[in-house]
Amino acid sequence: MAEKDTKHKGISRRQFLSTTLKTACSVGLMGVGLGFYAQRANALPPLAIRPPGALPEEEFLSACIRCGLCVRDCPYDILYLGQLGDDIPTGSPYFIARTGPCEMCEDIPCVKACPTNALDHSLTNIEDARMGLAVVVDQENCIAFQGLRCEVCFNICPIRGKAITLDYQPNKRTGKHALFIPVVHSDACTGCGLCEKACILEVAAIKVFPIHMAKGELGHHYRFGWKEKEKAGKSLVTPDIEHQYNLPEGVRYELQGEGLIIEQKAQAPADSPFPANPLDTLNRKREGQ
Amino acid sequence: MANLPRDAGKEAVAAKGWLRANKWLLLRRLSQIGIILAFGLGPWFGVWLVKGNLSYSLTLETLPLTDPYVLLQALMGGVVPETIALVGVAIVVLFYSLVGGRVYCSWVCPVNLVTDTAGWLRRKLGLRGSSQTPRSTRYWILGLTFVLSAITGSIVWELVNPVTITVRALLFGVGLAWILILAIFLFDLFVARDGWCGHYCPVGAFYSLMSTWAPLRVVADKRDACDDCMDCFNVCPEPQVIRPALKGAEKGIGPVITANQCTNCGRCIDVCAKDVFRFGSRYARNPVIGAKAPDPLSTTGS
Repeated sequence: MAEKDTKHKGISRRQFLSTTLKTACSVGLMGVGLGFYAQRANALPPLAIRPPGALPEEEFLSACIRCGLCVRDCPYDILYLGQLGDDIPTGSPYFIARTGPCEMCEDIPCVKACPTNALDHSLTNIEDARMGLAVVVDQENCIAFQGLRCEVCFNICPIRGKAITLDYQPNKRTGKHALFIPVVHSDACTGCGLCEKACILEVAAIKVFPIHMAKGELGHHYRFGWKEKEKAGKSLVTPDIEHQYNLPEGVRYELQGEGLIIEQKAQAPADSPFPANPLDTLNRKREGQ
Repeated sequence: MANLPRDAGKEAVAAKGWLRANKWLLLRRLSQIGIILAFGLGPWFGVWLVKGNLSYSLTLETLPLTDPYVLLQALMGGVVPETIALVGVAIVVLFYSLVGGRVYCSWVCPVNLVTDTAGWLRRKLGLRGSSQTPRSTRYWILGLTFVLSAITGSIVWELVNPVTITVRALLFGVGLAWILILAIFLFDLFVARDGWCGHYCPVGAFYSLMSTWAPLRVVADKRDACDDCMDCFNVCPEPQVIRPALKGAEKGIGPVITANQCTNCGRCIDVCAKDVFRFGSRYARNPVIGAKAPDPLSTTGS
């Protein structure tokens, strides 16, 4: 067979094998390099937000064919494609909320333009989009925490009153005013970034992050007793027994009420060495000290 | 008598005139620049004929064209594309199966402008010597890109693909893409003749697969007139494809260039002073026009 090969192709089997092996090895080496490069290059920096409807990042990177049609069909021109030398995977679309947030078009043209479903076509209501999650990251610089009225993020929010609410807290510095604290709710926030764009600080105190960076996760074994109780409609452990206070006669105690209550009608007999009010005995002792 | 590489085409210009000696080259440049211009009209002048890039484009909001190579890599990651993307693939595959897959390389790809310029300069400067990487390397890289796509679940080649990076650099912003393009230019100029396109590019390797049965071919139908000037070998980006068709008469090999690496660039037709080559069909009953009818007795093969 080796002879046959020699006759027909003019190269020996040894030459053929050695060339093939060399090529395979160099290409393999290149593959290893490319693989490691891909691992680094495919990591999206936290401030780059994918367009609405984008699949989870790993799926997105296999689905997006980098055609840029979402970029072209965005009426506000907020989308960019990652360029060579950027931290963003080459050719993949993103926006930066601080400079150009998603304006949340009702017809979602960027999603419609996507030929591969990397932007999921099942997204038809823009309010269901989850591009990221706004977080009030800097509570030291957000002026609402200083007791100043701002509420710009609250007012600009396209899902006003749901994605960001104001939590009224006492202003301990003045003792008489309220803090209007912005609170983001992940069940409504689309991550459009309008709040980050609108934040009046030099560097925004509210920022949109990818959801996996913005959200914590409860231990899977955690159960909140009160929620379980509400779900079951009754206490799931031994029913509560009202606490019995061991108090003198005529005195009761209300834990969540007035506290210690002395029933006025309880009158001590006239010949008793003890006063009618049992507290008098205690106070007398203290005075004697 | 063999000509020097730097003199390739001179005889043809003398024999046929400059225009005819550069006909296919000019048409090719027109096609390449025209395609970039068609894409660029939108972002540069606000006239939207074609949206997208060479990965996927939508012309006049109706005609989809999808790069089958990038979509296949996406499919490796388990993507279910929209119907319009699949229609785009069908159109592209059908087109290139007819005209030859590597027409993409020579008539569409903008990197070809860079590597052709490097090749031209290499000839003019008389640079000899070239690395000995086998041309089959590109098929290995092609395989590698699919394997990497399957393993990592992302389209890895698109991170570095010079073809799409160059197109996007022109249409969406340059970034550091010029470094990559310059590197390819210098590599082709100093390191390897036809280095990138002829040895490494997996896009060209993929498109060559669509050339395998394509009817449109370069035919060396007047090969008897060949005076061994070597001009065609000197300008051809895949010179190994010429030899069987041009010099295979004694072995009974037909005059059609059948190798799927041929890019149908037509440069051999241009530079031949003897008009040995022309475009023809590989399936024509007798693609050899004006040549002697094949004599079965004179063939020495089995």
